[in-house]
Amino acid sequence: MPFACIFVPDFPVQALLRVEPDLCTQAVAVLEGSAPLEKVFAINQSAREAGVELGMTKTQLEACTGLVLRKRSIAQEKSAHAALLDCAQSFSPRVEGTDHDIIILDLAGLEKLFGSSKQIAYAIALCARGFGLEPHVAVASNPDSAMLGARGFPGVTVIPEREESAYFEQLSVNVLPCEAEMQETLERWGIRTLGALAALPKVALSERLGQKGLRLQRWARGTAFRTLVPIEEPLMFEESVELEHSLVLLEPMAFLMNRMLEQICARLNARALATQELTLELELEEGRSVGHPERAAFASEGSGRAPAHNPGVREIAIERDASILFTRKLRLPVPLVDPKVFLKLLQLDLNAHPPGAPIKKILLKAEPARPRPAQNGLFLPPAPEPEKLELTLARIAGIVGEARVGSVEILDTHRPQGFQMRRFAGLEQLPRGNTSAHNGNGNGNAGGEKNVVTALRMFRPPVRASVTVRDGSPARIACHKKKDMDGHVLWVAGPWRFSGDWWEQEPWARDEWDIALQQENGIGLYRLVRDLLSGGWFVEGTYD
Amino acid sequence: MASSLLFSDFRVPLPRAPSSVTPGPALLKRLAAIPRLAEVKPASQLEIRPAPELAGSGIPELDALTGGLPRGCLSEICGPPSSGRTSVLLSALGSATKRGEFCALIDTSDAFHPDSAALAGTDFSRLLWVRCVEKRDRKNSGNIRCAAVEQALRVLDLLLQAGGFGVVAIDFSDVLFQIARRVPLASWFRFQRALEPTSTILLVVAQAPCAQTCASLVLRFQARGTLPEAGLPAHCRIFEGMQIEGELLRSRLTRKPAQSAHTTFRTQAMRAG
Repeated sequence: MPFACIFVPDFPVQALLRVEPDLCTQAVAVLEGSAPLEKVFAINQSAREAGVELGMTKTQLEACTGLVLRKRSIAQEKSAHAALLDCAQSFSPRVEGTDHDIIILDLAGLEKLFGSSKQIAYAIALCARGFGLEPHVAVASNPDSAMLGARGFPGVTVIPEREESAYFEQLSVNVLPCEAEMQETLERWGIRTLGALAALPKVALSERLGQKGLRLQRWARGTAFRTLVPIEEPLMFEESVELEHSLVLLEPMAFLMNRMLEQICARLNARALATQELTLELELEEGRSVGHPERAAFASEGSGRAPAHNPGVREIAIERDASILFTRKLRLPVPLVDPKVFLKLLQLDLNAHPPGAPIKKILLKAEPARPRPAQNGLFLPPAPEPEKLELTLARIAGIVGEARVGSVEILDTHRPQGFQMRRFAGLEQLPRGNTSAHNGNGNGNAGGEKNVVTALRMFRPPVRASVTVRDGSPARIACHKKKDMDGHVLWVAGPWRFSGDWWEQEPWARDEWDIALQQENGIGLYRLVRDLLSGGWFVEGTYD
Repeated sequence: MASSLLFSDFRVPLPRAPSSVTPGPALLKRLAAIPRLAEVKPASQLEIRPAPELAGSGIPELDALTGGLPRGCLSEICGPPSSGRTSVLLSALGSATKRGEFCALIDTSDAFHPDSAALAGTDFSRLLWVRCVEKRDRKNSGNIRCAAVEQALRVLDLLLQAGGFGVVAIDFSDVLFQIARRVPLASWFRFQRALEPTSTILLVVAQAPCAQTCASLVLRFQARGTLPEAGLPAHCRIFEGMQIEGELLRSRLTRKPAQSAHTTFRTQAMRAG
């Protein structure tokens, strides 16, 4: 029963480089601790070659030229660990999170899917590289041997069964995951390789180091075996970046968001998932929010206008914390997994709702959802692609305003203008089974059997008019705003009396008339309304 | 000499031929061997563009006149106020949504009446309504109209690029003809080119034709008939509908009719239904 181990050396550095891949070629040191007592916590190979060592202080590092210093980010390490788990779980359902930088997975039964153990190991390494990590991968017959192999050998290593001791013979005892005291004891004894440790007499070792010593020896001999403890962690798709210097413009932030979104989408893809809800949390600089020049910079970048928020149309919630947190939530009608679409949507949203202060930290969360299972039929009319539609709607909302684009929902009321706008979601908002044509013939004469309805064109807002009434009917009308609606009424029908909501705060009552006026191009037909509560006359629309 | 100058770009030495003599087969063969010329198709071998598919407008009389609304083409519906343009538009939208197509209405003057559309059979879950002009400025209404037209054209561009809509309608009914006419021909030409490979019907509703040569179908409407008898008191009368006359001004699909083609149909008012 083979096991594979993924080990990421210099994990804190690699977790940082995952977000800033441009630093891969440079010497990077990660510092931990509060100033001025910061010490080197992790370094990459380039820094090691430049003479940087663990535990050095910031002052000592000043001698090293070209060294990039970064503060340790626990959030980024968590994201990298989650990415590593996603990578492992895309191969096997039995995955153990042994440590933050070590993942062990059970390869039993995977040969038919992925090939030999070597092929699987290479595939795992390739997948991890896709997540921005450079791992060591080892395959062995037991979890602990796989772990030692991954810690001891770079690249991909396949250790045949019963040859573990031969493989580990020359490995340093430093690869053993044990306490520093134990390492010191072995050092004092002159035990520097696993081969030397394996050769020690079992009873004597037990007398001196107890069960811990025996366990280390079993590891060195490759004979240890234990049951894998698979994890069942909640699915969390988060990426965050803590910035050294606060970001003032949205454009550079787009580069960072793009990288983060790519990572999230890669992780979602690895689990065959998509997302329907994306949350962007920005940590802003305190005390520089309102009236600061940065706000002007943010505002000038966008489309120039922040449309009125209408939760009925675009379901984006603003949750501005009193202090420094700025949150935007993007709810999509359909689960998507395209980083470019997400980035464009976030950019459009931030242009419309700028954060208003310099950004210190960016956090992106994706709520996992199953991808769209539906497939359009071959013989169904075409429909807008959800990804394109979402982007198009966001762009249109930037032009006309969020509340002015969508589909209509007629309300259950007789009140005039009894409708509301709601989000247009294309195929996704249709009830199941309603994706085909209503009549089914599709030859284009669907409405042929019904009479054509005389349409009313609304004036929004209604045009106020002066009306002369004779025998209870409008006889002459005059409008200041529309000169063509001026003159004697040729023909009139009505009134149609409507009222309602008298039991509510805002009652309404009106008389409606259909009138005809002589105009230059012929006869104009209008709907005239008298508000019975205010007594005012209005032209509500024209029949066309 | 003339031939060598003409083909100097290709850097192929050509034999001098007398101008009165047609080029020989050897010369034609050499010309055909030139890579850039090999890609050029003779006019005689150009593919014949298939006639566009036609979709019903929901008005049988109108479909009998035009054959239907052509897909992948720009169609114009024109007429003065109270001429029945919007009734035709709502009928086309209702018909398209009944066929299961998604439609978009770019409402330049925010005049769409949802109740009328509902009676015309529009499925609102398939209709995207874009309402242009957020604020009305009394002092500078001319600029607002221009801004609305500009917004509408930008939205139209986005919708055509997105694709997937059966009908995209842009409503310039309340826009002055002088303003609608200012839309450059290049814009209409771009919209037409964007439409061509799709099955989308682009409907432009205006007071007079404004897309010029880019329109494949132009229809003009006018209300006909006299008003009902005025003898009855107002409260005994009912506005029953309009008698609409449609005229086919242009159709690229058929040969230009020798005489103007007309049709008449009747609309029914909401109260009369």
